[in-house]
Amino acid sequence: MIALSDFLILGAIMFCLGVAGIYINRKNLIILMMSLELMLLAVNINFVAFSHYLGDVAGQIFVFFILTVAAAEAAIGLAILVVLFRNRQTINVGELDSLKG
Amino acid sequence: MAQNSQTMYLAIVLAPLFGALLAGFGGKLIGRIGAHMVTIIGVAIAFGLSALTFKGIVFDGAPIYDATVYTWGVIEGVHLEVGFRIDELSSLMMTVVTFISLMVHIYTIGYMHDDPGYQRFFSYISLFTFAMLTLVMSNNFLQLFFGWEAVGVMSYLLIGFWYQRESAIYANLKAFLVNRVGDFGFLLGIAAVLMYFGSLHYATVFETAPLLRDLTIQVFPGVNWSLMSVICILLFIGAMGKSAQMPLHVWLPDSMEGPTPISALIHAATMVTAGIFMVARMSPLFELSETALSVVMVIGAITALAMGLVGIVQNDIKRVIAYSTLSQLGYMTVALGASAYAGAIFHLATHAFFKALLFLGAGSVIIAMHHDQDIRNMGGLRKYMPITWLTALIGSIALIGFPGFSGFFSKDLIIEAVHHSGLPGSGFAYFSVLAGVFITALYSFRMYFLVFHGKERMSASVRSSLRETRAVVTAPLIMLAIPSVIIGWLGIESVLTGELFGPSIAVLPGHDVLGAIAADFHGAGSFVLHGITGAPFVLAMAGVAVAWYLYLARPELPERIKQSFGLLYNVLDQKYGFDRFNGFFFAGGARGIGTVLWRGGDAAVIDGLLVNGSARTVAWLASVVRHLQSGFLFHYALAMILGLLLMITWFVTL
Amino acid sequence: MVEQLVFYALSGILVFAGSMVVTVRNPIHAALFLVLSFFTTAGIWLLLDAEFLAMTLVLVYVGAVMVLFLFVIMMLDVNLVVLREGFSRYLPVGILIAVLLGLELSMVVGASQFGLDIVPAPAHHGAGYSNIEELGSVLYTVYVYPFEIASVLLLVAIVAAIALSLGEHRKNRKGQRPEEQVAVNRKDRVRLVQMAAERPDSDTP
Repeated sequence: MIALSDFLILGAIMFCLGVAGIYINRKNLIILMMSLELMLLAVNINFVAFSHYLGDVAGQIFVFFILTVAAAEAAIGLAILVVLFRNRQTINVGELDSLKG
Repeated sequence: MAQNSQTMYLAIVLAPLFGALLAGFGGKLIGRIGAHMVTIIGVAIAFGLSALTFKGIVFDGAPIYDATVYTWGVIEGVHLEVGFRIDELSSLMMTVVTFISLMVHIYTIGYMHDDPGYQRFFSYISLFTFAMLTLVMSNNFLQLFFGWEAVGVMSYLLIGFWYQRESAIYANLKAFLVNRVGDFGFLLGIAAVLMYFGSLHYATVFETAPLLRDLTIQVFPGVNWSLMSVICILLFIGAMGKSAQMPLHVWLPDSMEGPTPISALIHAATMVTAGIFMVARMSPLFELSETALSVVMVIGAITALAMGLVGIVQNDIKRVIAYSTLSQLGYMTVALGASAYAGAIFHLATHAFFKALLFLGAGSVIIAMHHDQDIRNMGGLRKYMPITWLTALIGSIALIGFPGFSGFFSKDLIIEAVHHSGLPGSGFAYFSVLAGVFITALYSFRMYFLVFHGKERMSASVRSSLRETRAVVTAPLIMLAIPSVIIGWLGIESVLTGELFGPSIAVLPGHDVLGAIAADFHGAGSFVLHGITGAPFVLAMAGVAVAWYLYLARPELPERIKQSFGLLYNVLDQKYGFDRFNGFFFAGGARGIGTVLWRGGDAAVIDGLLVNGSARTVAWLASVVRHLQSGFLFHYALAMILGLLLMITWFVTL
Repeated sequence: MVEQLVFYALSGILVFAGSMVVTVRNPIHAALFLVLSFFTTAGIWLLLDAEFLAMTLVLVYVGAVMVLFLFVIMMLDVNLVVLREGFSRYLPVGILIAVLLGLELSMVVGASQFGLDIVPAPAHHGAGYSNIEELGSVLYTVYVYPFEIASVLLLVAIVAAIALSLGEHRKNRKGQRPEEQVAVNRKDRVRLVQMAAERPDSDTP
């Protein structure tokens, strides 16, 4: 039998990979967004696992909505990325410092 | 009946107000003649109705009116009201005030003839009359205070009437500030009354007062003071400001910067007597505190003597009369202290007539002299201005208390009353008022001789244009001269027997000095005869004789005396240094504190530390914190990750 | 036992694919590894009886989102050298952070908290069980309003994405100008030409 903790630890590992990805790939905006997707995936694994083990379908509903929102986020994020590239000819995060105080 | 009298009393108060508003706001519209007509009619109505009221109350025995006309507000059971208390005291005051005011109105037509502020002036004096009437007719402390402050404001406006003169601005500011000192005490007194009696209504307070006679309060911890003494002395401080008693007298001589009619109306006849009137009105309270009465008497005695002395060395005709006024106010205050309230009010009334007469006479002289007020430049005016000369002589004689004239009755009454008084300080007061008689005669006749007799010292161009003034000026002089002569005869008996004031003035049996005098009283004629043989008469005649000898017979003597008594002369000439002390200590001290607070408190602490300091702190903080805002996404992401790490660590260790 | 084997196999692939996503040099490869990780996740979800979500993940994420990612990566002419700079410098710290976080998270969700003895594994549903039916019956009743809001959110995302990528300043934009269409005159559009009538060719039958 697989324990709930196994799934949760899998989720934790995936989440940490996402975090590390954000830290390591600090220049590449596309990889940053992919790391975000990884973290969302980790969260979704947790939801589904809890849903199964606690016998409550609400967890799956939440995953459904998270997928919806993540899709929207990806669409808009990529659109912004395209506009950004069109204006600055780069997606290097190291050059995006207009907010510097 | 009650309804009728209420309408009448309202008319007395409101007629001058109406005239003032019309002349003040519609002055351009109704013109000069319209302005003086409307105000004179207003004051004339007030005088007519006041005289009617006086007759009704004093002679026909009409009931005393004490009712509320309008309730302004009720706060926790304390009624703030407008109301009238018309009894013997207030009806007498009303009549005196409106009569003098009417005379001054008429006189002003002549005196202010060429002044561009003609309508404004009439508006002011009518408004003053309104304020004085509300003060006098009030039946509660609140309205008294309103009238008190209102006359103060009008006094301020009128002293500074010629607002382009720097000295006038200085004088009215001084009058206002010095009066504030007195008003502060007055307000505290009213507050104490409200606190312990729970009412502002005279009748209620006077009824309850004997119950609180032995109550003591602790103003400073550990010091027990009689409540009545505290209240009365606080109220008297107010009276000291308004009635110019030492040491709050300094504003009155300077107030002569105002036009002469104002000096006559406000600063001699009516407003300055408000303090006297107030103390007389509060007689049921003052009677309960011998301490307060003693204070009143001593202050009055000092004022009467010291101010008379200063009057001797003054050279400005109006200032001589001003110091004379101060001295006479001292007499009234002494009478109050001796519980001879009726005597004080009697002297107030007679003084109002002859002092207004003297001031208006001086004004007449000033007009003739083309606004030169120095008596050293006058002399021999008798033959140029016969009416002015005669009325001024009557005023002077009345002032020094020559037997038969009004001043004699009232002043002798006061001297006798002080003689009978047994309060602490009455010995000193008796000496002061006796010496005051000599001094009064000396300075009055010094002025009289210098102005109307002797060598003509004015310039040739002035002399050529010297002539008697117009009828609008001389008519009030004559009108005022008549009561200055006869009012004493008429009043003395009813004052002594207590008929005149009836129950409006309360005197405890132990303090009834007037009653003691009345026991020996056998009619006005014998009072005069008795007066001729008394010490005051001898002293007054001596004063006149000295004045005659020094200023007519041997005019070079005063200069020699001045030189041999240089120190004494300087002290008097500097008016005992009150002005210099106030200027140095209070004005300079206030300026010093102000500078310290401005530099240290305002500029350094508030502006520097609080306002600019907080702004600078924020700016400094922001300049530090802005380095955190690199603008790089990964820095923010790192911060988030570290935060997440910390939070989870916290959860784990929990 | 088989189930456990499948789980560990899939988990291994998932962790491998995830770490490749964040470390590979080429973004296209990263995207493809992400696709792989989605597929394996879908498999893991099947182990958890979430058939509908597993399918959705494959369809929506792999079929739509990841294709979008690939489109964008290929469309943009990115300088990979610049984007990779500092990678090796940050790698140790990144790994350290990931390990620390993972350890801590494992302490929170580890076997001592959510082990089998605390949360027992439920039995699998039978063959007649329909995950879609169960989800749908809840989604359209209890969660109907959030569902509607989610649909509006998607609409907004569509509009926003189009508006952003269309841009304001593009020269060759194609579109209608209604005001010009309304203000048009006949003579601007129609030209009447006077010409002689043509005679049909005689040699044509």
